[in-house]
Amino acid sequence: MRKEQTLTWWGRFVDHDVTYSFLHSPVTVIASIVTVLMIIAAFCAPVLTSYTPFVPGSLNLLDAFMPPAWEPGGVSEHFLGTDGQGRDILAAIMYGTQVSLTVGLLSVLLSIAIGIPLGIIAGYNGGWVDTAIMRIADIQLTIPPILIALMIDGVTRTSLSSEVHELVAIPVLIVSIGLASWPQYARITRSGAMVERRKDYIAAAQLIQTPTALILLRHIFPNVVGPTLIVATIGVAVAIIIEATLSFLGVGVPPTTPSLGTLIRIGNNFLFSGEWWITLFPAFTLVVLVLSVNLIGDWLRDTFNPKLR
Amino acid sequence: MVNFILNRILQSAIVMFVVALISFFLFNFVGDPISNMVGQETTVHDMNALRERLGLNDSVIVQFGRFILDALNGNFGISYRLQRPVDELISERMPATLELVFVSAVIAMVLGVAGGLFTGLKRDHWLSKIILTSSLVGVSLPTFIIGILLIYIFAVKFNWLPSFGRGEVVDLKGGWSTGLLTVSGWKAIILPSITLALYQTTLILRIIRSEMLEVMRTDFIKFARARGLKSRDINYGHALKNTLIPVITVAGLQIGSLIAFSIITETVFQWPGMGSLFIQAVQFADVPVMSAYLVLVAFFFVIINLIVDLLYFVVDPRLRSEIKN
Amino acid sequence: MAVVDISNLCIEFPTRRGVLSAVENLSLSIEAGEILGVVGESGAGKSLTGNAIVGLLEPPGHVTAGTIFLNGRDITHLRESEMRKIRGAQIGVIFQDPLTSLDPLYTIGRQLTQTILTHQDMTRAEAKKRAIDLLIEVGIPAPEKRFDAYPHEFSGGMRQRVVIALALCCEPCLIIADEPTTALDVSVQAQIITLLKRLAREKGVATMLVTHDMGVIAEAADRVAVIYSGRLAEIGTVRSIIDNPQHPYTKGLMDSIPQIGQNLKSLPNIVGSMPRLDDRPSGCAFNPRCSKSKDICRRELPNMIAAGDTGQSAACWIYAEGDEYA
Repeated sequence: MRKEQTLTWWGRFVDHDVTYSFLHSPVTVIASIVTVLMIIAAFCAPVLTSYTPFVPGSLNLLDAFMPPAWEPGGVSEHFLGTDGQGRDILAAIMYGTQVSLTVGLLSVLLSIAIGIPLGIIAGYNGGWVDTAIMRIADIQLTIPPILIALMIDGVTRTSLSSEVHELVAIPVLIVSIGLASWPQYARITRSGAMVERRKDYIAAAQLIQTPTALILLRHIFPNVVGPTLIVATIGVAVAIIIEATLSFLGVGVPPTTPSLGTLIRIGNNFLFSGEWWITLFPAFTLVVLVLSVNLIGDWLRDTFNPKLR
Repeated sequence: MVNFILNRILQSAIVMFVVALISFFLFNFVGDPISNMVGQETTVHDMNALRERLGLNDSVIVQFGRFILDALNGNFGISYRLQRPVDELISERMPATLELVFVSAVIAMVLGVAGGLFTGLKRDHWLSKIILTSSLVGVSLPTFIIGILLIYIFAVKFNWLPSFGRGEVVDLKGGWSTGLLTVSGWKAIILPSITLALYQTTLILRIIRSEMLEVMRTDFIKFARARGLKSRDINYGHALKNTLIPVITVAGLQIGSLIAFSIITETVFQWPGMGSLFIQAVQFADVPVMSAYLVLVAFFFVIINLIVDLLYFVVDPRLRSEIKN
Repeated sequence: MAVVDISNLCIEFPTRRGVLSAVENLSLSIEAGEILGVVGESGAGKSLTGNAIVGLLEPPGHVTAGTIFLNGRDITHLRESEMRKIRGAQIGVIFQDPLTSLDPLYTIGRQLTQTILTHQDMTRAEAKKRAIDLLIEVGIPAPEKRFDAYPHEFSGGMRQRVVIALALCCEPCLIIADEPTTALDVSVQAQIITLLKRLAREKGVATMLVTHDMGVIAEAADRVAVIYSGRLAEIGTVRSIIDNPQHPYTKGLMDSIPQIGQNLKSLPNIVGSMPRLDDRPSGCAFNPRCSKSKDICRRELPNMIAAGDTGQSAACWIYAEGDEYA
């Protein structure tokens, strides 16, 4: 029955339990395809669409408030309709998704870059270092990230002039979401590092006087990074939601480079007057994007963490 | 026991101190408070006089001491934007937020616990699968989108429920205004409270479910089954009680986040609470309101955490004897 | 009549790579007052057999063939509601780890009375009296005081006594003890074994003692069943198995136990390891590791037959008709 030896790497890949579980979870397969398509649509927007919805001179007010192509009055050039300034909704969504994805991914990267080292140091050293780091993390965990991000954003808004603020708005947003979410990564990494620390191979490494930095980097890090990355997948979804929420509240990215949240906020004003497509299509895109990422994250957690199965 | 409580209160006091410090620096060093308070045509001389009068020329430590004393008395200065005392603004707005949070917390706890128990105990039931799938959709729906959808369906399309405001409000003694005594008040709170509760419901549901599954795999549950105990006793006696600790933790955190998330709900539904006050303060750089809100929210969090710690103590005998010794 | 009588029991686990047969054609029985030791490596199917008796196999595992009789009653495929009434009442189960077997949030008194009241018609006061009697019986000092204590307030050995008291609540006729001493210190192990032996002698309880520790078997068991890869390899009295093992696997097992006073360069061990359930060789599962294996061992499954002159039986082709053990 054992035939692994005779298979090529491709055969092993297809035969692997993870691949099997992936292929037998149609929801995960669909979610992955949708995510990949959305990433392509977002980052290849300049190639895929000729509209430049956020270049001020390129809009024509005569095109304003066009409904989607299948509604009376809709035209096929603007498949999902246009907004109050004649922007093509589909193109706006593509560019908006690009901003949302960028902020989501980079802010999670920042959280990980802070959380993993702190978690490893806390878990490996224990003692007061651990207590100090985890106390701070605990306190921060009790305050929702969205509030922290709001505060950081509010402070920068107050201390910078509005022109400067507009320029740095996206980096500030990334930093505020990133700073607001590191504790959960630190927690997971720490518990992993505490388990690893007690293992014999670490004792052996200490015995032959391997420098601590090397132990942390070469031995602890590779063993604790997995679970953290799985949680990070869901973290991307959360970060996208936070960004959209902040932008919706009008304290996120500026309207000149709108994200999905900004588009929803702009469109929300027209909801009562019947131009539902301006807000509902970006909203739908946002939900599908977040749901897909969540589905992938859920599957990853179930597959690689049998404890939770 | 007394030591434990004192220890926790001390910790809370430290947290509050740190928050006050942040809030103080926010107040004094972000932007220039004087230029925010006065109009364009004020002279430098007048500005200096005001600076002296407000004590902004004193040393930082003296200023911080004064800030703490003022905060303890509920005095957070005057709103730059509205030109009214901040404590007045906040106490006007607090009842609206707290009522919204309370109704949402009840909805989230009831639905979350019931759904979590059901899906945890009957994991292969078709209804569990539906609940679980929709809970994932729930986690993926940002609060403001839920709000927009509810408004679109129930206020714009069918015109059943109001899309903004608190409805008719009754003033109670002590300056508390309640919307929970009128029909229009209840109608007005339905959509916002569902909006606010939905995300928390799904979180609580998923946590209870995974805790329940975890506990059902423990040796003591297997041993309880091997002793032939009735499944009712096992599920609701042993299993449920053992999930309580993580559930209390999460419920505490979630009620805390309800206060923060009410910012979004209040914005979507133009609910006249502290959250919408705060978001306007952020947009207009109204620092006194921001710092007061920060202190107040931190205070709520600290109180909730204190209650959570005390509940642990009630539930877990191991903790009790640890503290006794 | 034997208290428990298992014949031709088969347990299977359907997986995506095919059906794993975890236990195959296993037959054994235990008399009242007898302790049957069940030994084997981890994964051999010892614990599964115990779980199958009380109807607590973890899905997708299930009994596909064979029967289990308890006091003459067929309990192989009882409904869960019926089985629940037998568990804890007629069959008591003891698990390996006393530290995790008790609910940490309830006093041991409450856990005892709950079990008693589930199966017996008693008042609370009577149940409490019964619980305290049980605590005395398993040797817990000051039982009235300890009644209201939580599990974490007991030592490991004391907790295992509580676990045994819980298993004894309703005077079961069969106790299934799954590695009851593995998690305990050696001195405490001896106390627990003495307790189990006393229960068998004085109360006539039939005991199935599942373990991989031959020391515990030598100490406690009357008879021993050796399981290899889901199949019975050898069964006989404890002395005959230890002093005069017949199946090559049992021989290897006995040789690999170091003796005090023996001076060996290296401890003999059995070459190789037990096959995975999805990778069992045809014929006798032990044949790849057996120094005596012949052609037929690789082709056909041996049956249990009388082996040697000390009365045990073994599943080995060596003892097939006319073929002397060489």
